[in-house]
This record gives sequence, structure tokens and C-alpha cells, in this order.
Amino acid sequence: MSADATARGLGPGFWLPAAWIVIVLAAATTAGGLPIANPDRIHWEAMAAPPGTAANNVDSTESGGDHSSPGTFWLGTDAMGRDILSRLVYGARVSLAVGLVAPLIGIFAGGFLGCIAGYYRGHIESIVVALMDIVLAFPGLILLLAISFYVGANLTTLILSLGLLTIPAFCRVARGHTLVLAEQAFIDAARLAGAGDMAILFREIIPNIIIPMAVYGLMVAAFLIMAEGALSFLGLSVPAPTPSWGAMIAEGKEFLEATPHISLIPAGLMFVTVVSFNLAGDSIRSVVERRESQL
Amino acid sequence: MARILVKTAERQIPGPARGIRSPWPGRRNRMALQLGWTARKLGRLGIVLVAVSVLTFGMLNGLPGDVAYVVGGVETTPENIARIRQDLGLDHSPVIRYLMWAGDALSGDLGHSYLTGEPVMASILARLPVTLELLVISQILALCMAIPTGVVCACRCNSAADRLINGIGFATLSIPSFIMALLAIYLFSIRLHWLPATGYMPLSAGLWKNLRAFVLPGFSIALIEWVVLMRVLRSDMITTLQQDYILMARAKGLPPWKVILHHAFRPSSFTLLTIIGLQIGRHLGETVIVETLFALPGIGRMLLKAIYNRDYLMVQGGILLITFGYVTINATIDIAYAIIDPRIRWRGANVR
Repeated sequence: MSADATARGLGPGFWLPAAWIVIVLAAATTAGGLPIANPDRIHWEAMAAPPGTAANNVDSTESGGDHSSPGTFWLGTDAMGRDILSRLVYGARVSLAVGLVAPLIGIFAGGFLGCIAGYYRGHIESIVVALMDIVLAFPGLILLLAISFYVGANLTTLILSLGLLTIPAFCRVARGHTLVLAEQAFIDAARLAGAGDMAILFREIIPNIIIPMAVYGLMVAAFLIMAEGALSFLGLSVPAPTPSWGAMIAEGKEFLEATPHISLIPAGLMFVTVVSFNLAGDSIRSVVERRESQL
Repeated sequence: MARILVKTAERQIPGPARGIRSPWPGRRNRMALQLGWTARKLGRLGIVLVAVSVLTFGMLNGLPGDVAYVVGGVETTPENIARIRQDLGLDHSPVIRYLMWAGDALSGDLGHSYLTGEPVMASILARLPVTLELLVISQILALCMAIPTGVVCACRCNSAADRLINGIGFATLSIPSFIMALLAIYLFSIRLHWLPATGYMPLSAGLWKNLRAFVLPGFSIALIEWVVLMRVLRSDMITTLQQDYILMARAKGLPPWKVILHHAFRPSSFTLLTIIGLQIGRHLGETVIVETLFALPGIGRMLLKAIYNRDYLMVQGGILLITFGYVTINATIDIAYAIIDPRIRWRGANVR
């Protein structure tokens, strides 16, 4: 994408998205301390209010000193009169937890399998590739739907099952890179110097595939945020009262005609976040590629 | 959905591994006959199917809850439960039940729905045309967007137009399908009133009415799908345009459009067609969201309903059939490639 980015380092193509991710992450982790409304509090006087509506503070004193009532609904309220900004901030917890934790499962499990397969070749590689083919052949979305409906949708099962589905992709990346690395001269040099298989894997190969894996991890994070959104859109992510972006979009879809902001604001936020992960990954990748081509 | 993961995974692998799904990675056997190669492919297909069916069966069986109670209802007597269990064959051990089910499946009988008694195979086959029509229409729409943009990008590689189109494509891939579908409904149905948001019409109601119902759902898939196709076409065509015969054609004084369309586009469209085949196979189980949003009675929506109703045999049969479709399309494409291009047979894994 950013072919003309500065040749030396990461340009704004990386820092802007990275800053956005950090902002969302910070807001999500400190949500309890932010001056925003309670995400579950129903404001009867302001149902489906458009963005920027001033809140009527009289009600909040009547309902027993609820101090978390905002002065203004900056992003409006949803059809049940809940503050959208606050629900977005709390919903970011789910999206980011899935997007940041689930890829780690894929990176470790898939990376390990891919390295082993690419390094040892032969039967081990056949078995690993066959295993990955089996996982890939599963209709992933149906599997996810079944797991979250039957096992019960909570954050842990969600992260585990989404993480499981990313293993083949990471395995492919790791194997592809290991195959190329294993034929390089410095591997031969290490072997001549007396290094064993494990030493070569851990000291020579793994340090060299960490960056490509991490870059790919950012793109998987983007993908998983979308996947979690799809699941919660179908009502099969975290259970109902907990806000999540996909569920907010789904709740608003009945009111698209009169109050489109209920759906479109979370949709826009999800898009910006997903784009940020993709952009960050892409700009690191192009920097790495450029460095490699200069070698 | 995993398609995007795999697509990007393939892009990331250095070297020529992209484009063709790797055959069985055994020892490189340069003398392998095509027959042996095909047999191995089919064997692998069988292994994947058996593994998927065992896993699905095991997973659905390991779930808490008893199907007999789902069928019998909440306030049923123990005798009734025992009778239902016997009727459904639930009193056998899981291994025996799996073997019985798999034996039936081999003869094309996936069992009957626990709830409605409908045969699973027939109800899936009845919904298949809707999903297939959706996929075919969406791929055609995607092609209509991908071919012009891909050709422009390849011919004016690294120009402003190329970057703009690629930038749009990059952003498009960050829009999940449910948001794209929602935007399509909002724009074309609610704001512009061009098309109905929902309301499936069978083919018997007339071709026009039937197609009308598919335009918006097809469009919302195509709006994401075209990026994948455009990128494939672009990179293939850039390679083609560097060939000597293109130089030759240009040197002969042929008009540029003729060189591009006749000499460059045709050989570059090979991978494109493959990808379309793969995408249709891959999406069979993944149109749930679009089908749900637009109320299309396809496979995905049926499976979602089956999952909600704990109709295990339906879910199991659905997963098996979708996997079968996916694996078969993949294998067919692999074999077709090998017939057309013998180099694939000679070289083992990972080589184009």
C-alpha cells in the first residue's frame, strides 16, 4: 500500500493506526474510570436519541444519585435509550480481547507445527499438512456457531474456538518461511558448528520468523474482530447484556430507516479499528520487505 | 470466512507456493503416473471426509443435554424418553452409532431430522440451489467489478489509478460481510428504494422476480469478493504483460486494446477462474449471514435454524455435505490443473 513511505522507518501509515488501536485499548481497559454513562442504564427520556443530544439530568437525581449520567449523549442513544458511546467503549473490551488474545493461540500452536513441518519435512510434514487440511475443510463459521450455541457463549470459549481456527493459517506462514530459511547458508553454518536440531530451530529459525508471524498476527486480529462481530451480529457471541459491537449493529438494524446512527456508528467504529490493524500490519510488512530486498 | 486468512497466508509465503493448493506432500516421485497421483488425491479426500465426520460426530455427541429430551419435550415421562431413545438408536454406544450413521451416509442417507422427520439429505438438497444461485450471482457481479479494475491496475501498474483502486480494495477487505450487507440495504433499499431488502421469490414466480431478490444479497457479497479476484488478475496480468509474445504483439503494431484483451487477458484469466471455483466451494457454509439478513432460504440459514433447534443429525449432515462439496471442488481443480499442466504432477509439494 504505502510504497512511497519513508525508506528508513515506519511512516504515518503505521503510527496513525497504531495510535488509534492504543486509544481504543486504553479506553476499553479504563472504561470503569471514564466519565461516561453506565452502558446498561436505560434513559427513558432519550430513546434512540441522535448524536449530540443533551441529557436531561433531572431524571438521574430522581433515580437515586446516579452520578454516571452524562451531560450529553455524544453519539446518541440506542433504541433502548442506552448511551452509545459508553456501550462502544465497553464493547471494545470483547472485540479487542478476541482480536489480541486469540491470534496468540494460532501463533504459538500454528507456528510450532509449521516450523517442525518445514524443518523436518518428510512424514512429519505430511502429517501436519494433512491435519491442517482437515481443520481447513471444516466449514468454520458453522463450527463457530455450533460451538458458541452449544458450549455456551462466553469470552473464553469464543477466544479458544476462534484461536483454534487460525492455527492452519499461521502454520502455513511458519512452514513457508521455514522452508525458505532451512536452505540458507547460515543454517548449514550452524549445523557445521555443531548445533543440534533444537538449537537450530530455536536460535536460527524461530527468531527469523517472529516478525513475519507477528505481522500476519495483526491481519488475523483484524479478521477475528470481524468474525467476532459476525458472531455477535447473529447473537452467538458474549451473552446479551454485555455490549459488543456486532450486537449493537444487529440491534440497530430494525431501525435503519428512522435512526440509522444506532447501527452505523458501531459499524463505522468496527471498520476503523479493523482497517487500523490491517494498515499497521501492512506497513510493517512493507518495511520488512524493503529491508530484506536491500540486503 | 477462513478464506481471507488463507488468502493472505498464501500471499505471505515467499517463493512460488501461491496459486495452487499443494498436493499431497510425499516424497518427490518424478516418475509418478497420473493414475497414482489421482488415486492419492482421492485417498486424501476420503481421509479428510472421514476425519471431519468423526470430529463432527464426536463434538455433537460430547455436548451436554440429551436429544431425547429435546424430542420428547420438557414434561415427558421416563418411559417415553426410553422409547424415544430406542427409536432414535440412542441406546447404542457412540462408536456403533457413528458406524451406523457413516454406513448410511455412504449410501447417500444422512438420516432423518430428529424434530421434523424430514430426510436430511433431501432438505439440504432442496436448499442448495438457493445458496448456489446466490454464490454464482455474487461471483458474476464480483467479476464485473474485478475485470475492469484488474486490467486497469495491471496495465497502469503503480499509477495513481492503480493505487486508488488498491487502496479502495484494501479498505473494502476491512468491512465485514454483515456490515456490507447492512450498508447495501440502507443505501439501495431504504434510501433509494430501488430494490426490496427481503422477500425471496422462487424461480417458478418468474425469472425476473427471482433475480431481483438475489441482486442485493449477491451485491453485498460481491462488493467484498471483487478485491480478491482483482488482486489475482492484477498480479497474473502483470506477469503476462512481461512475456515476449506481448512485446511481439505490440511490435506487430496491434492496437493496445487488442493486445491487452486478446493476448494478455486470456492467458491471465486461468487462475481467476480457479479462484472463483474455490470461492464457491469455500463459501457454501458461509453465506449464513447474508441469507439471514435477506431472508433467503438457503443452506446456511437452514443450518443456523438446525443449530438453534438442536437438530443434531441435520447439523452433522450439513457439515458433512458442505465439507464434501468443498473438498470435491478443490480436488477437481487440482486434478484439472494436473491434466492441463503436467509440470504439477512431476514436482512434489509446493512447486508451481
